[in-house]
Amino acid sequence: MSATVRNSLTGWFSRKQSADIAAAEQAALRSDRFRLEREADWRRLDSIVARIEAGRIGAISDDDLAALPVLYRTLVSSLAVARDTTLDAATLGWLEALAQRAWFAVHGPEAGFRGWFAQFFSGGWSAAVRALGVEIVIALAVMVAGTVIGWLLVAGNPDWYFAMMPAHDGDVRVPGASRAVLYGSLFGQSGQTGLSIFAAYLFSNNAQVSILCYALGFVFGIPPLLLLVQNTAMLGALLWLYHGQGLTIELIGWLAVHGTTELFAILLAGACGIHIGRAMAFPGNRATLVAAAEAGRRTATVMIGVVLMLIVAGLLEGFARQLIDATAPRLAVGLGILGFWLVYFFAYRPRKAAR
Amino acid sequence: MARWSRAPRDPRVRPVAAADRRNRVILTAEGLRLPLVLASRGARVGALLIDLALIGATIILTTLLLVWIANGVGLTKGPALKPGARAAMEALIVVWIIAMFLLRTAWFLWFELGPRGATPGKRLVGIRIAARPGSDGAATRLSAEAVIARNLLRDVELFMPFVFVGGALQAGSDTTLAGWAALVWFGIFALFPVFNRDSLRCGDVIAGTWVVETPRRKLATALSLGDGAQGISALTGTQYRFSDAELAIYGAYELQTLERVLRDNRPAALAEVAEAICRKIGWSSGRGDERAFLDAYYTQLRARLETELRFGKRKADKYDAVAFDPRFRLSVAELAVYGDTQVTVLDRLLRDNDGDAIARAAGAIRAKLGRGDWAGDDHGLLTAVLAQLRARSE
Repeated sequence: MSATVRNSLTGWFSRKQSADIAAAEQAALRSDRFRLEREADWRRLDSIVARIEAGRIGAISDDDLAALPVLYRTLVSSLAVARDTTLDAATLGWLEALAQRAWFAVHGPEAGFRGWFAQFFSGGWSAAVRALGVEIVIALAVMVAGTVIGWLLVAGNPDWYFAMMPAHDGDVRVPGASRAVLYGSLFGQSGQTGLSIFAAYLFSNNAQVSILCYALGFVFGIPPLLLLVQNTAMLGALLWLYHGQGLTIELIGWLAVHGTTELFAILLAGACGIHIGRAMAFPGNRATLVAAAEAGRRTATVMIGVVLMLIVAGLLEGFARQLIDATAPRLAVGLGILGFWLVYFFAYRPRKAAR
Repeated sequence: MARWSRAPRDPRVRPVAAADRRNRVILTAEGLRLPLVLASRGARVGALLIDLALIGATIILTTLLLVWIANGVGLTKGPALKPGARAAMEALIVVWIIAMFLLRTAWFLWFELGPRGATPGKRLVGIRIAARPGSDGAATRLSAEAVIARNLLRDVELFMPFVFVGGALQAGSDTTLAGWAALVWFGIFALFPVFNRDSLRCGDVIAGTWVVETPRRKLATALSLGDGAQGISALTGTQYRFSDAELAIYGAYELQTLERVLRDNRPAALAEVAEAICRKIGWSSGRGDERAFLDAYYTQLRARLETELRFGKRKADKYDAVAFDPRFRLSVAELAVYGDTQVTVLDRLLRDNDGDAIARAAGAIRAKLGRGDWAGDDHGLLTAVLAQLRARSE
């Protein structure tokens, strides 16, 4: 036990507080004596807690920081005694309030924003993704199925194409377009300006969609599944369109630059939604609310990662795709980044980040 | 004035005030039962509106700042932009788009991850977020994941309707339909907290959080420590001293009401309460000396009640006080006269609170037990008899 801590325990007998002791001896009521004897410690705890609440941890001296656990436990026992012995509503109410504030200060958010972020990159993110194993497989299966469905629907009746692809004025990518036109939509746009604006817009838009995909999970996971199917059906339709003109591999290269990252992010968002839905529909032995809360906390980490991946995808889509004007390097970039994600999520397992 | 005199009631049935319904207790690891008060829905709406106003103001300021920078470096002037100026303009627009996204999602996240667990709006209203306890009431720690989860959901609850309408405008389709869809969407999420006990919104459900009030108060000086507590009359200089019987009529509830009146220190309320006490104990206090009288009564009543508390006798209020009243103490033989039927009848009489019926019943009890000295205070007599009958059967 350090000298500091001992001081705080025996502090009632320091010269500074002799006046308090004199007052306590004067006090007629036993509960008032109780209060006067301990008030200095309570107030010291109050001032430490106030500084923690204001985020000024640096303003707390080492002495105070070392004394905090002891002061907190002293307060807890003071409160337990006061509840059974004092009828002074003001003192009791203040003690209850201080105990609550001190509890939040001692057991507040663990690390703050910065500490959490460091932990997130050094293993927290990867571990959270790995925890979703089953849901990732389900989401992947749904996405593959969605792509196939999109292809088959459009192959059966080209009118489906317009139902799936939102119409844009001047979009040349329609059934019946010539090979030259489709080819032109994939290559030769490196002279374009406004790429960065386009990238930022894409990111903000895609982030919105993936957050929606995740958040709708609490309706038993069905909306995320539908969103996954709808998004990948578009992909299937597009593949069919370019396949008809023999441009399949060129389209895949064009999409792969950012698509491996973006589709992976959407896959993870969908898996998170399914995870929450599954926890609520089949909570097992837990209460539904408890199961939902556990699933929500586990997937929140993944979702922050999804937003970051979408930023990367937006940058790739806005810059890399337009600047790299050939299929082979496009494929190399896309697959390289996909490889990076896979290694980072499934092979990167630092031991200390196991939480 | 606070409710000093209330309608008589059955001491077992405590009325549930609106604030009581929001009281929760969590059990900390130290074994402390920590009472929390859930934030009212009104407070939460207020906090949200303040936050939205602040976000709106920040958005406008950021936009104006960026426009001012663009103007300042001459990006918007001149018929044709040079390539360098165009790149700078692009960069500014990118900053703007990212800033808008961050303000919308990171505002709540950043502040709620802080040591206060509250956005500026929540702080102004006096509420914060906290982790819901486990099903056994054990307190849990608020984790960063929980804060993130509850705020990701907020994006969908709050901002999605705007996306509906915006999307319809962009695609040039029917905005009326989109408007209705947005309204229904918003309504579902806005009403969600009304339909559960802890007023959780969807984000709270998913994250395992709830919103509680943050107590903020100063430690007031104890009333029993001042000079007034000595009970010296300001008019005559004599000391007020109350007998046990004069202090026996009140419980903790009345003591705390008295404490509140003394702290508020409004002369009219002081006079009213002093008069009520004097009437009850048969004193007459001098006009203008109410403060000294009440200070003395408060200190002595508290001393007496706290002594009883140490011996395990907790008198919640004046009805408890009557039940413990030595005047109406029944012997074992006297209690044996009555059975469960009388408990039921007395209980109903006190609930109905019909003055005539109570007087008749009190008269019957006096006659039966031969205690003519229990005259007056029929209600007190019945309450005391009922409390002792119940104590016996337990």
